[in-house]
Amino acid sequence: MIPKKHGPISRATFLSSDKLIANGIRCLRLLTNVWFRGLFLILGGLILLFIIVPVAKMIFASSPAILIDSLRDSEITSSIILTLYAAFLATVIGFLLGVPLAYLLAKTQFPGKRLIEGIIDLPLVIPHSAAGIALLFVFGRHYFVGQAFDGIGVRFLDSLAGIVIAMLFVSVPFLIDSAKEGFQKVDPRLEKVARTLGATPWRTFARISFPLARRSITAGCILMWARGMSEFGAVIIIAYHPMIAPVLVYEKFETYGLDHARPIAVILILISLFVFVVLRLLLYRRER
Amino acid sequence: MISIRNLYVELGDFTLKDASLDVKDGEYMVVVGPSGAGKTVLLESIAGLYSPERGEIRLRGRDVTRLSPERRHVSIVYQDHALFPHLCVRDNILFGLRMRKIDEKECSEAFSRVVELFSIRSLLDRDPQTLSGGEQQKVALARALCVSPDVLLLDEPLSSLDPKTREEIEAELHHLHRELDVTTLHVTHNFEEAVALGDRIAVIGEGEVKQVGTPEDIFRKPNSEFVAEFAMSRNLFIGELSNTGIGQCDFQSGDLHFSVDSGNGPGNRAVIRPEDVMLVSRDAIPSRTNTFTGEIVRIADRGSTLYIDVSVPSVITALVTRHTYREMELKTGMRVSVCFDASSVHVFQE
Repeated sequence: MIPKKHGPISRATFLSSDKLIANGIRCLRLLTNVWFRGLFLILGGLILLFIIVPVAKMIFASSPAILIDSLRDSEITSSIILTLYAAFLATVIGFLLGVPLAYLLAKTQFPGKRLIEGIIDLPLVIPHSAAGIALLFVFGRHYFVGQAFDGIGVRFLDSLAGIVIAMLFVSVPFLIDSAKEGFQKVDPRLEKVARTLGATPWRTFARISFPLARRSITAGCILMWARGMSEFGAVIIIAYHPMIAPVLVYEKFETYGLDHARPIAVILILISLFVFVVLRLLLYRRER
Repeated sequence: MISIRNLYVELGDFTLKDASLDVKDGEYMVVVGPSGAGKTVLLESIAGLYSPERGEIRLRGRDVTRLSPERRHVSIVYQDHALFPHLCVRDNILFGLRMRKIDEKECSEAFSRVVELFSIRSLLDRDPQTLSGGEQQKVALARALCVSPDVLLLDEPLSSLDPKTREEIEAELHHLHRELDVTTLHVTHNFEEAVALGDRIAVIGEGEVKQVGTPEDIFRKPNSEFVAEFAMSRNLFIGELSNTGIGQCDFQSGDLHFSVDSGNGPGNRAVIRPEDVMLVSRDAIPSRTNTFTGEIVRIADRGSTLYIDVSVPSVITALVTRHTYREMELKTGMRVSVCFDASSVHVFQE
């Protein structure tokens, strides 16, 4: 309490000067905030534009008529179908071999686990053309694995199988990482309860762990599919033919120039965008 | 019924050391101990979720030590209930019956029975996430009991509930146990919960079973400092016992010495429960044995009761009701007398 003899005046001045300082501080804070936010907004906006402008320009610059025309071109449609199909096959193989590994990594402890996790992410850092060459060293007809597959009539050089393994190699980390994350989120006690209620390990996996991680696994599959679809470097080393869409874009560009490459590039971008939107929706629902 | 012999489980930094425990048929046994004492490991070992390094677990005389969990007929209910979030209440409860491939008729009978027992018919189509804590608890219990387990394991079933629901479920558990007569092993860190529910209590600490007995035993006759402290026996004295004849002994602890019933065996520790210590004003000194005068050094308020530390100069703690506290106008620094019966002292060897 302020003693009474100072009277109301001194109290008022005291209050107002206090208020002034408080307001000053608030203004200053607001200003620094505006500066801070503003600068970050400009920097962030630049990179955003860098991504949006080329994609948008390409989509809107090409007339629908040309796009539809391109879709009538059997060379283009078959390359697109081949791309989608090969990426799908790679995803199926990735699912069958990757999900069990993801489960083991998420649910068990063993020496060398970190090393394995590192190895899985290796394809993400290897230049993809180098990855293609590395694959040839194993799946080429002169090498052991290649010979083994040759025995059952599967060849990798310039074939669908080659496209699939190239896509598999570069895109499977996405599926494994996403599935692992999904399994990690499953409370181990749910699995324990299921076991005590009479479920075998198999049925616990099928009825509890897998359904609960399903969204993450689905997201991983879509991500893997999309990534496989957009692969160029590794595929072109192993299988220039049959031609997948990214390779076709490259070839059209090399032989006929920009105008001929553009329509098929636009179609590819539209397909990727569609897959991407579906993926985001799925992830959004999972977060909720 | 449950017979555990020298169970030794190593789990990361934690070890359960040669734990032995017997639970009788139809008994409600509460395993109580501080966090990290190994209670959950013990429970999960019985359920078969950990395999022990050594030791033996028998259920109904059958050695199940190496049996997988799905073949033990032991149900477990966890603190956070662990309901399957992707299944509705009905499918949660039916899960065990479906896994055990029980025929349709038997299945629906067992299902109806637990649904009636817990009065949860109105919840059947709900998602577990939309249930209150108490409702989740009921569903978890229904799911566990639906398969008619030989043993029910409860891991801190009341810890995550608010006090009111907690009392409700506590009563429910009590009622349930009388109704179904299923052998139950309940673990908790809450001593009061243990006393309220247990036919017998096992105190566990540092990976060992410290003492097993009736609540009264654990309360009055702790066999170690660990148990005495865990049962909040506050007055623990280190000293020695000497025989003075005529049915009484003398316990000497530093400057303090008091009479003890000669029924007590040899020992170097004495405990007196604070509720057995009587607090009287100094001018009304009763002519009894074991009366000491001193100064109040600390008052710990617990709401309806208070712990009063009196320095005589060894500190003796008395439990008083709020009524006494107000009536005697107790405050720190006040001089008072404390007294207790020779029969209230329990002596043990540490």
